[in-house]
Amino acid sequence: MATPLVEMTDMCISFGGVQAVDHVSIDLYPGEVVGLLGHNGAGKSTLIKMLSGAYKADSGEIRIAGERARIESPRDARRFNIETIYQTLALADNLDASANLFLGREIVTATGLLNDAKMESETRKIMARLNPNFQKLKEPVSALSGGQRQSVAIARAVYFNARILIMDEPTAALGVHETAMVAELIQELKNQGLGIFLISHDTHEMMELCDRVSVMKNGKLVGTERVEDVTEDDILSMIILGKNPKRAA
Amino acid sequence: MSDTTTAPPAAKRNIAKTLELDTRLLGMIGAFVVVCLVFNVLTDGRFLTPRNIFNLTIQTVSVAIMATGMVFVIVTRHIDLSVGSVLATCSAVMAMTQTALLPNALGLELGHPLIPWIAIAVGILTGALIGAFHGWMIGYLAIPAFIVTLGGLLVWRNVAWYITSGQTIGPLDPTFMAFGGINGTLGTTTSWIIGFAATAAAIAGLWNARRAKVAHEQPVKPVWAETVLSALIATGILGFIAILNSYEVPERRLARMFEARGEVMPEGYTEAYGLPISVLLLIGIAVIMTIIAKRTRLGRYIFATGGNPDAAELSGINTRLLTVKIFTMVGVLCAISAVVASARLANHSNDIGTLDELRVIAAAVIGGTALSGGIGTIHGAILGALIMQSLQSGMAMVGVDAPFQNIVVGSVLVLAVLVDIIYRKRTGGK
Repeated sequence: MATPLVEMTDMCISFGGVQAVDHVSIDLYPGEVVGLLGHNGAGKSTLIKMLSGAYKADSGEIRIAGERARIESPRDARRFNIETIYQTLALADNLDASANLFLGREIVTATGLLNDAKMESETRKIMARLNPNFQKLKEPVSALSGGQRQSVAIARAVYFNARILIMDEPTAALGVHETAMVAELIQELKNQGLGIFLISHDTHEMMELCDRVSVMKNGKLVGTERVEDVTEDDILSMIILGKNPKRAA
Repeated sequence: MSDTTTAPPAAKRNIAKTLELDTRLLGMIGAFVVVCLVFNVLTDGRFLTPRNIFNLTIQTVSVAIMATGMVFVIVTRHIDLSVGSVLATCSAVMAMTQTALLPNALGLELGHPLIPWIAIAVGILTGALIGAFHGWMIGYLAIPAFIVTLGGLLVWRNVAWYITSGQTIGPLDPTFMAFGGINGTLGTTTSWIIGFAATAAAIAGLWNARRAKVAHEQPVKPVWAETVLSALIATGILGFIAILNSYEVPERRLARMFEARGEVMPEGYTEAYGLPISVLLLIGIAVIMTIIAKRTRLGRYIFATGGNPDAAELSGINTRLLTVKIFTMVGVLCAISAVVASARLANHSNDIGTLDELRVIAAAVIGGTALSGGIGTIHGAILGALIMQSLQSGMAMVGVDAPFQNIVVGSVLVLAVLVDIIYRKRTGGK
């Protein structure tokens, strides 16, 4: 089998005596969607934040495309082409779409000043590809709908050539139509060979979008299964009981 | 004020839209015009004389300079209560440097051409260090800005006292005092040259921005709108210069100046003050701060952090270092304000800058800086400072008792924020 895009081995992190992630290992291959499931506080967001650079692991090893990677800040993660779309969207509400898209990686002119005209036209181009209905380029993103805001967040990942995409509850704030749009986009990115980690509560949605799912409970990994090998009920009992009925049987 | 901000006539709103003018800014300008006109009537036309306009602008400079920095502080959801005290410490350090330290320790004689510049450099360094120290405590030690600068309010006020032993230090160096206002003006010709240069630069900037937009195939406003805007800018700048140029130096003062040079004043000789250096300094700072706010990464990160601190951090922005940079900028601006304030008074006094923190915060807030963060403009803060100063000196001219002056200014601050909240609700902004 090919080299995994991401290998996280024996990851541990604790906060004030609480072992939030306890010796968890997961991996991700190119063109694959891996879902992370579990209750609130199971440790899935915390686990993934060690990959996105928001948290620094206490111990464990991260390998990106086989190479050992030190990820200690969001900037490090970006160097490895890891892009994250957060549950809270991580947009600055008072800025417009292009300012958000390029936040932290602005295009500047020869004199070192922001090249807003260039950034705006780049934003126009990428938004035309991702969400043709997107018009409000000049308005602060607080004036946008949930779906439009989500497409700004996704555009940010796509524009900077993400190889590894982390999506934390990408459809939580969206309507039916917008959710379908995001699902389509995930499919397209997957076809382009990106590896995607998806975090969600919605077991049904995860069964449709993911190739494999990893279930966590109380900071520990319950198990990782290919979605075609298990039923939704199996997944649910992994989440709730912390064990796989099939394996147990 | 509420009338002008919340309910402009429909036709005016459409024109404003085409010109892409900020309706909020228009409301503030409207409020300012109303304040000026009302006081002009109440003072029988004494308020809008060249002399009073000249005085108003030089009185506003010190607070306005600090207010431009306060915008960045409030935009990032912090506050700085120590600016008045930091100003006092910088002023004390500069006063002692030029009157005691340099002449006694380094043996530079009073009036040596290097004295004012060394003093200013030392003052700015002092401001920068104090600001950086505040920023470090806020950003890296995570002490709330309110507490750090509340402590700073007491500490720096009394450091200033200690440095000068509570004495008034003066007279200051003549070159140094040129930054104060009336003692340093550019005269008619230079003022006109600067006025025309500024007009040309502003209009060129406007049309360059348009060309850049066209080059990237972005929508632009109609040519007539750009032309009207250019005409407004030209009228504003050149009108301001014309007013300052028509404030003539009193005859007796001129005579004394000639006497001091050992000459005799020719019969019928007149001279006008023109643009004060301090006002030119404020305009320069306003331009630099606006460029920082709108055209640099630093400014972009300041506003992004104000809008969503978590998003900023996740985007790889070092928000702690950013806090240090912002407070350092404020410290430097306090030092520059200290130059202007002490030069205007011609000495350093123990109470210099007292209550300035409140004036500065009020100017920024009246100027549309939102305490919830992420929103604010430099020109708004300067206009806010100008409105406050107009109210204060207008009331003094009308003969309103001192306690009532402060009661009115305080009430206006609260009212301005209320109007702002209503305005933002109606326009659907934050």
